[in-house]
Amino acid sequence: MASSLRFRAAILSVAIFAVFIGAWHLATRSTAPVTTMSPEYAKLMGLTATQGKSAMPGPLDVGAKLWEHIKSPFYDKGPNDKGLGIQLGYSIARVLFGYLLAVVAAIPLGFLIGMSPLISKALDPFIQVLKPISPLAWMPLALYTIKDSSISAIFVIFICAIWPMLINTAFGVASVRKEWINVARTLEVGPIRRAFTVILPAAAPTILTGMRISIGIAWLVIVAAEMLVGGTGIGYFVWNEWNNLSITNVIIAILVIGIVGMMFDQILARFTRMVTFPE
Amino acid sequence: MSIFDNPFDTENPLSMGCNCGRHRSQGEHDREAQVALQCVPAESEDERYEGVVASAVMRAMFPQDVARRAFLKSVGAATALAAVSQFFPLKTATEVFAQGAPLEKKDLKVGFIPITCATPIIMAAPMGFYSKQGLNVEVIKTAGWAVIRDKTLNKEYDAAHMLSPMPLAITMGVGSTPQPYTMPAVENINGQAITLAMKHKDKRDPKDWKGFKFAVPFDYSMHNYLLRYYLAEHGIDPDTDVQIRAVPPPEMVANLRADNIDGFLGPDPMNQRAVYDGVGFIHILTKDIWEGHPCCAFAASKEFVTTMPNTYAALLKSIIDATAFAHKPENRKQIAEAIAPANYLNQPQIVLEQILTGTFADGLGNVVTQPNRVDFDPFPWQSFAVWIMTQMKRWGQIKGDVDYANVASQVYLATDTARLMKEAGFTPPETTSKSFAVMGKTFDPAKPDDYLASFKIRKAS
Repeated sequence: MASSLRFRAAILSVAIFAVFIGAWHLATRSTAPVTTMSPEYAKLMGLTATQGKSAMPGPLDVGAKLWEHIKSPFYDKGPNDKGLGIQLGYSIARVLFGYLLAVVAAIPLGFLIGMSPLISKALDPFIQVLKPISPLAWMPLALYTIKDSSISAIFVIFICAIWPMLINTAFGVASVRKEWINVARTLEVGPIRRAFTVILPAAAPTILTGMRISIGIAWLVIVAAEMLVGGTGIGYFVWNEWNNLSITNVIIAILVIGIVGMMFDQILARFTRMVTFPE
Repeated sequence: MSIFDNPFDTENPLSMGCNCGRHRSQGEHDREAQVALQCVPAESEDERYEGVVASAVMRAMFPQDVARRAFLKSVGAATALAAVSQFFPLKTATEVFAQGAPLEKKDLKVGFIPITCATPIIMAAPMGFYSKQGLNVEVIKTAGWAVIRDKTLNKEYDAAHMLSPMPLAITMGVGSTPQPYTMPAVENINGQAITLAMKHKDKRDPKDWKGFKFAVPFDYSMHNYLLRYYLAEHGIDPDTDVQIRAVPPPEMVANLRADNIDGFLGPDPMNQRAVYDGVGFIHILTKDIWEGHPCCAFAASKEFVTTMPNTYAALLKSIIDATAFAHKPENRKQIAEAIAPANYLNQPQIVLEQILTGTFADGLGNVVTQPNRVDFDPFPWQSFAVWIMTQMKRWGQIKGDVDYANVASQVYLATDTARLMKEAGFTPPETTSKSFAVMGKTFDPAKPDDYLASFKIRKAS
């Protein structure tokens, strides 16, 4: 029954996809040549003007362009023209670096907040004020103080990834069952050992959920940050192609960003399953 | 008169002869256009440098075109050159200029915005003008004017492409914190246009434009001032009768297509791109508003200029060389090819070719020929700066008394820059101001306040 459900769902997915592509194709078909133009004039004009081609690319245009990108993902033709693979590499490296910094800062701090009601209450106003700030609002300040655009981008990732992890870690640690901690205390387990052997495993699923939310946000933010500072990365690629008014490449970038984001999410989802245990 | 024209030539007319203004007659213009299609061997580098130095000296001695001509006519060009070299060591100056001093830094980063205004800065990379001076320059495409400003202040960029009013605004602390900026070279002159949406093709009289929505790339840009000037001359108050918004160039075409704006005064390639995509037509080129107006600029932080004078001199030489190369109409096709790839402007080559050669589709079905649609001439005339400041004041961007001449001399030809140009073998023209006319109205840089008072439409201050 389960396999038949999966099978039926797959068929439905394919059907939805086919309808979508078909409608897209029909909507963006080119019409007949628009008006009569002198051949000399027509030579100076683009296909949209001469062939009545839609400004929105069709699925075939996108497919052809995507194939071009897939064929040579790692070319490097100077500082402003690199393959899609290289651009993605830069973005992923920035996200991972900023994210790991956030992990290193957020999890110990989250532990501290979760274990000590005093620190929790003391830090609460700061967290409440800093949490809702849009990551990109930090960008001008970062550029001005750090004086390096790529470190600024990493800083923005760091600052946006830290809050969900911090709050989830604190919550996870604070809500570890009192019985387990009391048992540990009865057995005279030291505080460090207690943190690692009792609290960490118990809070791990919540912590990982926080990490999963964080990586999603980090990946959302990197595109906007790179559009702002430029240079390299998938966000820069989108900006550069927008400059060129190449909607085809913008669509490809959107597709690729979606796939990479999904991969990040799936990896952390797998980790979460690994640390979850039945009570 | 362009500073690249030969000052020893008494034949070249001071008034315009042909439709592009560079030739004596239409016949000569056509002949040159013919020759341009064939391959012309470039003169040797040494000769070129010698020419540059001799021209600069000649101009310094006789800043007035008419006086120089009288002198040349009476003694002959060859004698004049010999006479000049008698008391000015032309050969040594040329050597100093050509070789330069040891560079403090060889790997440089220069930022640019992907528009045709940046042509000399960009093309100097693929065409080897930087490497000729021993520099390894990386030209980096940048997302916006504010980012360019910040990255130059951060020292991520050693120098950058800017809008010519920007260094003035930054120095005066308008729209940013005050920072002394230098602008040693103008990037391009002319080269913009007013583009309107196709639906307005019968509304060619600006008097009918009440209620229109326009876009310009930046508040502190020639685009903004020229559009406001043009509208005001036609009796439209740019602050109350129409709406003018700051919109990044690529979004101008998209907004025009989406019917969100009625037109824009924007940098190329966006005007030609709107025509190419069939969404707009070129109403008027900005050269028909002010022939020879400055647009974009090459700017460097003052710190870079003072701490690395030799590198700075070499960089400036590359830019001036590249600008001189871009000035020649016969090189324009080759330049279009060099800067079209994704690494630089990322545009269809045919679009850039139409802009640079000046033979273009206007969007209404005509092929128009305007060879100086865009031109390249680096000298930062201080009167340009004064004019820009009168417009900043006219539209309420700056208030109170402005020390026009002082700010202009600080930014547009800083004493440092003049000294460096001299060291490099250039002699900047002794006159740093020239008069010019905008839409038929002559501007006297010595009397900016009178000029300002003469406008009927302006923001009450």
